[in-house]
Order: sequence, then structure tokens, then C-alpha cells
Amino acid sequence: MPDRMPVAKTYKLYVGGAFPRSESGRSYPVSDAKGNFLANAAHASRKDVRDAVVAARKAFPGWSGTTAYNRGQVLYRVAEVLEGRHEQFAAEVAAAEGVSARKAQSLVDAAVDRWVWYAGWTDKIATVLGAANPVAGPYFSFTVPEPSGVAAVLAPQRSSLLGLVSVLAPVLAAGCTAVVVSSTDRPLPAITLSEVLATSDVPAGVVNVLTGRAAELGPWLASHGDVDALDPAGADARERPELARQAADTVKRVLRVPEDEPDWTRPPDIGRLRHYLEAKTVWHPMGA
Amino acid sequence: MATPTLPAALADATRDESSLRRFLHGLPGVDQVGVEQRAAGLATRSIKKAAKLWAIDTAISMVDLTTLEGADTHGKVRALAAKARRPDPDRPDTPPVAAVCVYPDLAATAVDALGGSGIGVASVATAFPSGRSSRAVKLADVELAVTSGATEVDMVIDRGAFLEGRYGQVFEEIREIKAACGDAHLKVILETGELATYDNVRRAAWLALLAGGDFVKTSTGKVSPAATLPVTHVLLQAVRDWYTATGELRGVKPAGGIRTTKDAVRYLVAVHEVAGPEWLTPALFRFGASSLLNDLLLQRRTQLDGHYSGPDYVTQD
Repeated sequence: MPDRMPVAKTYKLYVGGAFPRSESGRSYPVSDAKGNFLANAAHASRKDVRDAVVAARKAFPGWSGTTAYNRGQVLYRVAEVLEGRHEQFAAEVAAAEGVSARKAQSLVDAAVDRWVWYAGWTDKIATVLGAANPVAGPYFSFTVPEPSGVAAVLAPQRSSLLGLVSVLAPVLAAGCTAVVVSSTDRPLPAITLSEVLATSDVPAGVVNVLTGRAAELGPWLASHGDVDALDPAGADARERPELARQAADTVKRVLRVPEDEPDWTRPPDIGRLRHYLEAKTVWHPMGA
Repeated sequence: MATPTLPAALADATRDESSLRRFLHGLPGVDQVGVEQRAAGLATRSIKKAAKLWAIDTAISMVDLTTLEGADTHGKVRALAAKARRPDPDRPDTPPVAAVCVYPDLAATAVDALGGSGIGVASVATAFPSGRSSRAVKLADVELAVTSGATEVDMVIDRGAFLEGRYGQVFEEIREIKAACGDAHLKVILETGELATYDNVRRAAWLALLAGGDFVKTSTGKVSPAATLPVTHVLLQAVRDWYTATGELRGVKPAGGIRTTKDAVRYLVAVHEVAGPEWLTPALFRFGASSLLNDLLLQRRTQLDGHYSGPDYVTQD
């Protein structure tokens, strides 16, 4: 007889700062790379999508209204808390992706570094993407980037943590709020990441994490009238044109992603940041 | 003093203060656990597809679109009236709401803006929301509403007098105000959040029905808790029992705190199950609400378009 009863964790969704079960009551078994049972994860439905978008929309004015400096501080704090859970993430990534312990360690390192990299961009991106425009008239003309709104992110299917961080962090750094659909077969690091977000000064609703099938939830996000941008990275390449078509009705910004999942360890550029920003140009008359 | 058509038992109840008290305290007590359990049980009923679309349209046609703020302006009332006529201009088949509910000094503006539309103008009166003033002031308030053209008057009862057990005073006040209303419908606001018990709610509902109120309404919307499903169950039972006793149909209006389509559909299920299908009409059931309408419109769009909509697609008031 064991000394004590095992305490198995219940993996749930992360919506509006809380950890609810799926509205549908569904769950599905998650296995490690060798096919051994790991846990049951919540199987989100379209109504969870609806609730998550409402939560993200509610959080948007607050998050986009914080100063870029403050946003950077909050994102750096996420990296700090992520670092503190290094071992847990390494174990989950190793189980999910079937990589060696050493490789998993380096993937978690890269994820923390990726988060820090994007945290640093919050107060610099306006300088890079903004401009003082030369105009032929007595005006100052400025272009400033502003966050688009609510972003729907279908997270990569293979890279369970680094890939997820690489697609989520730019949304937050840009000042948008996110509804993330995690990898279907490897969702556990995403749920642990939501525990990190819940305990590191990121306001409730700024990130909402759904576990389930991108093929089922993607169309609801793509056609949703209150979602402003879509990253279809985790969708099947054959489904992406249909997602883009559904997104066109509401003029969503749909990110162009490579057909196959890229090597996430390669250093990123600011393409994803730019995707979640809209350019606003202001004309101001020069003095009297 | 009693209305001639009332059956003997009810006519006797209104003879004087002590018989009124005897009648009200003789009403069966409300089974608190039972009514809450039944309300929760009915709330789990799943309404989908065509039935849901029907429920949404019915709920829209039952809304008393309300603005009761100190900061209300004539412009805001006109904007609200435009929304009442055409709740969703992109979808002209959306039914108009039942009425617009405003303070009495703005009732004339609402009447102007709604002329010829068939949409009612409800005005709160009688020192809304506290009801703390003299009888003369309350009657003057009602007169202002009625002469401005309001077709419905929402009065508040004197909760202080009711809780002190001075039922005769509350009864007389409702009767006088009913008389001052003329042709206008009278809705009697019980402010159930201040009545403490379901037994009191049942007594206040019967008191209002005996005194001639056309509707019993849960709340002003200024006190929390406002409308709840169990309280509405008690009111629906009262109007159903009134119908059984007298053959007259009286209405119920829950107000305050109903914000989502899901809530509204739960109320409709309660109306159907507790009072009966004949109450599923704007003439006998209303929602007092401001933000509910937008959620109904968004859900209506979702049902028709096949995808979710957002608050950017409806007017914000």
C-alpha cells in the first residue's frame, strides 16, 4: 500500500482569470509521446470560445491602456515566474514532445528568453513602426501603432511551450488581449502557463486559454464578429484558406504563416508584433 | 369600497384594515427551499434553434427599454425612442419593444418621439425610487406623468408602511394612484429586495392586486438584489391564483439585474410553467431592462448569421 494517496491534477480551461471546466462538460485523454496516459484535459466548445472572447474584450481597454513601460514590466514578471517553474515545465515538455530531459531544459530556457525578448519590445516598437511623416503642408504628421483588439491564436500543434510562447507573447507585447487554443495533443504546458499568467500581474481576461481541437474551434474564432486578428499557426494547412475566407467578412487581420511548423528556436523578428498593431496617423496644424 | 366583481372572500378582505391584515396573513406561506429549487430546476431547461429564436423575439417585444438616471437628457430619451422603434436597423424584421420607461419630466419627450408607433410610454412616479414623500406629492407626480401622455405608470409602494404592518395605508395609496392614472396602466413596484421574505413578497403582491394594480413589478433596479427567479415565481403564482379566483388577467414585470438572453429565456420558461402560456404576451409580462436588449439583439444575430457577433454591431446608449 502506498504511503499516501496520489494527488492528480485537474486540467481546466483559463477564461477571464478563472479556471472553469468546459461549458460542454467534455474532456479528452492526453497521452505522452509514447502513448502513456497523462491526464484528462477539458475539451472546449464553441460556447467556451464565446465566453473567452467576451472576457478578452472586457480586458482590452485596461490592458491596451497601460503604459508600454508598465506592460513590459508585467511581461518581464511573467518570465520571472516562468523561470521559477522551470523544472515543472521541463518535465511537461519532455513528456509531451518526447524529447530528452536536456533538450526539454533548453526549450524552456528558450521560452523564458523569448518572453523576455518580447517584454523588451513593448516600449520600443512604437519607435520602430511609428514615424514623423514629411508632409507638404503646415502640419506635423505622426504615425503611431495602436493595438488591434482581441486576437485569436491557434497555437502550434508540435511545440507545446516554446511555440506557444512565440505566438502568445507578441500579442500581449502589442497591447492586445488573446484567446488561445492550445495544441490538441500536447495541451498540458499551456495550462501550466495559464497558472503562471494568473499569478504574475497579468490582468484577468488578457489571456484566455482553451484546450481542445483547433479544427473545431478555429471556424468560430475566424467568423466571430468581435475578434480583430487571427493567427492560424495551429490550424491544418489545408484548413487555413477556409479560415481566411471566414475571417474576411469582418476584415480580420489573418497572419500569413509557413505551411509547415517552423523551427521555433530560431530568433524571431517583429513580424508578429506588427501583425497585432494598426497604424494611426495624426495630422496636427503647426503653430500660429 | 370593494370592487363589485370581486368574489365574496376577496371583497371581504378589503373591507377594513383588520380584515385586510387577516387576509394577507392568512395566505399560505411560501416554501423557500421549494420555490428556489423549482426556479433552479426550470432554469436548466435547454431552449435551442427555432424555439430560441422565438424566445428572443418574444423577449424583445416584452422589453420596457428603461433609462432612469439623474443624468438623463431629452436627447438620450429621443435616442432610446429611436432604438425602441427599430432595435436593430440592419435587421428590419426585429420586433419593436413594448415600451420606453423614463422619469415623469421626460415622459412628454418620449411620447413625442414615439408618436404613432404603438410603443407605450411608461413613467415611474410616486417619488421613485424610495417612495418617501407625502401622498399629495406622489399624486402630483402621477398627474405629471399622465398629463404628459404616459400610457403606463410605474409606482413604488411605501415599503416602510408595509413593513410596519400598516397595510391599509399602502392599500389606500395604491387605490388613489390607480384612480389618478385614469386610462393609464398601473404597475406596482414592490421592491422585493427590501421586503426580506418570500411571505412578505406574496402579501405585497396580493395587496397590490386587491388594490387594482394591473401589473406587479419586482424592483426599481436601484436596490440589490433586484429581480430574481424565485421572487418572480412567487409573483407569477399570485397572478395565476388571482386569475383563478376572479377571472381577471394581471401582469408581472421583473426589473433590474436581467442582462443576458439566457436569463431572459429562463424567465420565459418560468412564465410558461408557473403562470401559463396565456401570460407569454407583452400585455401580461414585461422585462424592465436597459442592457438586456443589446444582448438579445446580439444573440438574435448569432442565431441568424451562424456566427458570433460583437458589441460593435449594436448601438450603445
